[in-house]
Amino acid sequence: MKRISIDPITRLEGHGRIEIFLNDEGDVANAYLQVPELRGFEQFCVGRPAEDMPVITNRICGVCPEAHHLAATKALDDLFMTEPPRPAKLLRETLYSAFFCTDHTTHFYALGGPDFIVGPDAAPSERNLLGVVRKVGLDAGQKVIATRKRNHGIIKMLGGRGVHPAAGLPGGWSKAIGEEERLIIEQTARENIEFARFSLDVFDQIVLQNPVFSELLKSDIYLHRTYAMGTVDAQNRVNFYDGQIRVVDPEGVEVLKYAPRDYQKHIAERVESWTYMKFPYLRKIGWKGFGDGEESGVYCSSPLSRLNVSDSMATPLAQEEFTKFYAAFGGRMVNGRQAPIHHRLATHWARLIELLYAAERMLELARDPEITSPNTRTIPTGEINPNGGIGSVEAPRGTLTHHFEADKNGIITRVNLLVGTTNNNASMAMSVRRAAENFIKKGKVEQGLLNRVEMAFRLYDPCLSCATHNLPGETPMLVTIRNASGTIVEQIRRD
Amino acid sequence: MYWASSCGGCEISLTNINEHLLDVDAAFDFFFCPCLLDTKISDVEALPDGGLAITFFNGAIRTEENEHMARLLRRKSQVLVAFGSCAYEGCIPGLSNFTPSRETHFDAIYRHSSGTVNPEGTVPATETQVPEGTLRLPAFYDSVRTLGQVVEVDYSIPGCPPEPHQIWAVIKTVIDGHSLPPRGSILGAGRSTVCDECSRKRSDKKIEAFRRTWEFVPDPDICLLEQGIVCMGLATRDGCGGLCPKVNMPCIGCYGAPEGVLDQGAKMTGALGSMIDIEPLKHLPESEIDAHVDAIIAKIPDPAGTFYKFSLPASLLHQSRREP
Repeated sequence: MKRISIDPITRLEGHGRIEIFLNDEGDVANAYLQVPELRGFEQFCVGRPAEDMPVITNRICGVCPEAHHLAATKALDDLFMTEPPRPAKLLRETLYSAFFCTDHTTHFYALGGPDFIVGPDAAPSERNLLGVVRKVGLDAGQKVIATRKRNHGIIKMLGGRGVHPAAGLPGGWSKAIGEEERLIIEQTARENIEFARFSLDVFDQIVLQNPVFSELLKSDIYLHRTYAMGTVDAQNRVNFYDGQIRVVDPEGVEVLKYAPRDYQKHIAERVESWTYMKFPYLRKIGWKGFGDGEESGVYCSSPLSRLNVSDSMATPLAQEEFTKFYAAFGGRMVNGRQAPIHHRLATHWARLIELLYAAERMLELARDPEITSPNTRTIPTGEINPNGGIGSVEAPRGTLTHHFEADKNGIITRVNLLVGTTNNNASMAMSVRRAAENFIKKGKVEQGLLNRVEMAFRLYDPCLSCATHNLPGETPMLVTIRNASGTIVEQIRRD
Repeated sequence: MYWASSCGGCEISLTNINEHLLDVDAAFDFFFCPCLLDTKISDVEALPDGGLAITFFNGAIRTEENEHMARLLRRKSQVLVAFGSCAYEGCIPGLSNFTPSRETHFDAIYRHSSGTVNPEGTVPATETQVPEGTLRLPAFYDSVRTLGQVVEVDYSIPGCPPEPHQIWAVIKTVIDGHSLPPRGSILGAGRSTVCDECSRKRSDKKIEAFRRTWEFVPDPDICLLEQGIVCMGLATRDGCGGLCPKVNMPCIGCYGAPEGVLDQGAKMTGALGSMIDIEPLKHLPESEIDAHVDAIIAKIPDPAGTFYKFSLPASLLHQSRREP
């Protein structure tokens, strides 16, 4: 049996590897997405004081430490059975909105966007942030840098540090703000709204109005009809910081809606010996292998799935874009709500709608009269929840859940982490396999394979094991085709 | 720039030098940076030894691949810099060295994790036979090592992550053609302690009792340690600007030990010992004083994990006792 190894160079650091096996006819027999990395947080957190979890677990990922910091802080609220005062929640969500603005910006312009903005068949040397800047103008590049800068400024102001914030406590937030700081947040939010609208215009002009890209966006190669997951507020609208977790089936019908505390009733995880990353699935449906459809317990958790589980957006401009988005894919309604979009490349578009929502939400928060209140902490009694503490937020890459158990002194005895990207482990494997099947026929590796397969996992925002952290530019690739005895028959590299 | 076992925060912090990125691009010929460039490991292998002027290496040594890359980049680099806490001293993932072995990790994560359905007790293996062939994974070492424990390191830049203004200061020194300090020096940080750059007032008060961060709202202007919060500032190198105390949270020690201090945890232990207020106990018999002091110290819930939060692999302890 022939075998194709696709090694992003990140394999060298142990981040992700694709193994494709071909049958005797030279067609794809199977494809595996391996994550050869483990750092063991679940184990070494045991014995640590519970209040350290927000600063320990944010070291899981330096790209999304804000997500880990807040999921851990919310798990501590639950563990210490303490409700934070409203101003603390406002400050946490403000920091989180700033984070979504910078993170989604980085992904769109530096990681995923180049496939569309400069195009999947452009020279690899152009398919990166600099290529994007050349296509849309230097002015756009400066806007991207400025957006990252002003939002990291807000993260540092509210969390203490630009990377790995420090202000989360059970029952609150250690930093209160005054009017001067509030004004900076308000101004930043306004600039973010302008930037998000600019980015949606870029997407409209360069992708939607280009027949080739537009067709690619709607192509079946990247289509997977799975269950979708996301956090919604009381009106079933997208929320990143708080709410209930809703799951809809491939037709958009709600099948689950639960409080984060109940996640283990609904989600189970599977272990495979060929990868360090586990495979979560819907317990109710069960693990039926790597397949789509309502019979398979595989689900997706991403910007696209968050829109798919929601009935609407909570802010006006984002709602306009939401309506346009579903209309562009046919606007079919099922039981009075929009049918989900299963074209996974549409995740990039969904991400920009979320960027606009995050910016608008940040402005709402900045204008809330309570945000400058000094009352940011409720002091816990010290009593520990015997059922453990569970906290959940939407990370940019999917629903993130932290689950801690502690003894009566507040020392951690057990930790379970279900991180954003892990939710999509099975989905990513399926997308990679589908792309491989489409581009490898009769033993011939089509030219577009490298980037088209890469696009299949990049659309999920490549943060494998929540420790893969590709920054501006390409994921370099080397495809090695070996025969059954392991001899290299062909090597294709992208330089 | 290369990353081994790390979180990506070092890359984000480097990117947070913002518009200076353009200056860096103009001044250097980037050769190898997996997150930025297409050059492959084979291109590095093809270089003559010493073919790279300077390499920033972040991340600890956790797998055989990390070790392989450390050795390769050492050979190819004229100057090798341990960039960030993981490469310099092991960082928070180095707390893993309190865990006896790989199997303990596998138990917690794969065999007995709540929510994992695993009746067969499957755990990741370096080789797995699937119907189509063999799949391989790199081995996971029993403990975390720093870059300097695997190869010779020329300079270290501390911090989790290093602060952007410090990163830029180091790069600018090189761009401007100024010579670097003697080999083995720490770059991008001061020589003193975080206390020296903290704006809180210290009055050299003794500590009557330790308190945990969630137990009370500290005074915003007074030294956190004097208020009973275990703040690592006096055992931690300056350079960050005293950021965590500015948001009313203790320094957690991410810049490592100050200049001339071999072991951050030992320094903290010694410092706390001299700060505990035994004045009110003096009239008691010696045995009772001991008991009182023990009770005060017992209020620090996890001294080892707190004092060595960032530096365990680099410390004199390095790891927990292992069965031979």
